[in-house]
Amino acid sequence: MKAVLPRSRRKERSPELGLRTASFTFILVMVLIPLAVIIQDGFKEGLAEFWRQVSLPVAAHAIYLTLWTSALMTIINATMGLLTAFIMVRYSFPGKGILNAIIDLPLAIPTLVTGVMLVILYGPQQALGQFLGQELGFQVIFAPPGIVLALLFITFPFVVRTIQPVLLELDRQQEHAAATLGAGRLTIFRRIIFPALALPTFSGSLLSFARAVGEFGAVVIVAGNIPFKSQTAAVYVLGAVESENRLAASAISIVLIAISLAVILFTNHLLGRRRGA
Amino acid sequence: MTTQRIVLPHKKFRGWGLRLLILAVYLYVGVLVLAPITALVNGALQNGLPSFLAALNTPEFWQSFSLSLQIALGVVVIQAILGSITAWVIVRHSFRGKALFNAVIDVPFAISPVVVGYMLLLVFGRNGMLNPVLSALDFQVAFALPGIFLATLFVSLPFMVREMIPVIQNLDRAQELAASTLGASRWTTFWRVIFPGLRTALLYGVALTMARAMGEFGAVLVIGGGVQGRTATTTMYIFHALEERQYVEAYTAAIVLGLGSVLIVSLADLLRHRTQH
Repeated sequence: MKAVLPRSRRKERSPELGLRTASFTFILVMVLIPLAVIIQDGFKEGLAEFWRQVSLPVAAHAIYLTLWTSALMTIINATMGLLTAFIMVRYSFPGKGILNAIIDLPLAIPTLVTGVMLVILYGPQQALGQFLGQELGFQVIFAPPGIVLALLFITFPFVVRTIQPVLLELDRQQEHAAATLGAGRLTIFRRIIFPALALPTFSGSLLSFARAVGEFGAVVIVAGNIPFKSQTAAVYVLGAVESENRLAASAISIVLIAISLAVILFTNHLLGRRRGA
Repeated sequence: MTTQRIVLPHKKFRGWGLRLLILAVYLYVGVLVLAPITALVNGALQNGLPSFLAALNTPEFWQSFSLSLQIALGVVVIQAILGSITAWVIVRHSFRGKALFNAVIDVPFAISPVVVGYMLLLVFGRNGMLNPVLSALDFQVAFALPGIFLATLFVSLPFMVREMIPVIQNLDRAQELAASTLGASRWTTFWRVIFPGLRTALLYGVALTMARAMGEFGAVLVIGGGVQGRTATTTMYIFHALEERQYVEAYTAAIVLGLGSVLIVSLADLLRHRTQH
């Protein structure tokens, strides 16, 4: 029950104004000023120089690799996340409680640790890595498959946890009615369940995509830093910072920021600002 | 959770199809999450328990661990205060540009940690915007503790705010109104009426912020530089140990860090469930 107070009563009094000032200052200093500084730095030499930095073959490939590994991860994550959320909500089976706890693990485990774990499992010196690499010719570590695996690990909870609450609140009477009218399981899923889950699946996937594009800790360990092969955009920025190549670092950083911001704004728009106001 | 369950008459769905789906989810989670965790434990114990314990007993590791802990605690205090205030302002105040303000909160979640570190370098670094002021005051931020602290503060910003927003939205404002009608001061209303409703979310936000702060790597690597001992956090210690091929040391530290983060979050989760039922 929410009591709506008449707005006129809430003339801004000084303590509330103080709170607002504190929070605005916090966000301004922590987020907006650094953002403004980096954007100003990236375009300092003009748009042509910015574009030249972005279209350098090494940089362009790093951005391309980042985008396609993130996109592939997003597709797999959306499919498996939807399936996992669905069976977790709708069915009971042995080990469900443990599975539920495991899904949250990647949220708590530092991404650097994730990278270390994957290298131990799939590294070229390890039994499994050796088998995959030499017998099947499938290299995981220091190659794109390792990047996709690391991204999948890190973002696994995002889709599952966005779908779960929606699925819990889904009106099952509709399904019941459809079943009564003779609809098969597949038809019910396609026509009733999926349309309700499409938005949370999509927004959860977008969120994991935005997160993946910037991922560094796990990727730098798993993929290393091989230009034109396993160097992602974030790792490229690190190299540029270390070699004091300020123009390149700022330009690629701006590309990464733009992608993340665009995806987040789009997701917020899709969700109709439900989370905030 | 009170979900109305309607049992569908002839949809017991106990066939092979469902078993296959559940098996697929188990396989996916097993390969993606459990196998790497097992590999890490296995890797740390590869030379037996004594060398694991020896790696656990190095002063460098404990130095870095206590530094990470101190930074994380400081960050948590600031986020608990300013993050809660920001959530409060987003829910209770109306102002122009609120949607944008709300979206800005998510920026640190999606921006690459490397870019975060680089942005701070552009503001506080040797050639940074604030360098004249900082050198006049003889106050070093980049490649020193204040820089690492700021970077950790930035990356952990969304967690507290996002945890608090839904809880503040669900607060019963009639109670606040009643309290003030009965003559309670704003301060009393806050402590006796508002705060008890926020306590659990606050605790969970603290845990998430703590885990994120302990595990931050990319931003800290760029802004901190990683001078062994003085500015080496636990993640930097792991990274250096890997580079120097001290694998058991790296894996052991990774286990402690991962286990610590998981424990913090699970504990908060447990508390949250207990208060809900």
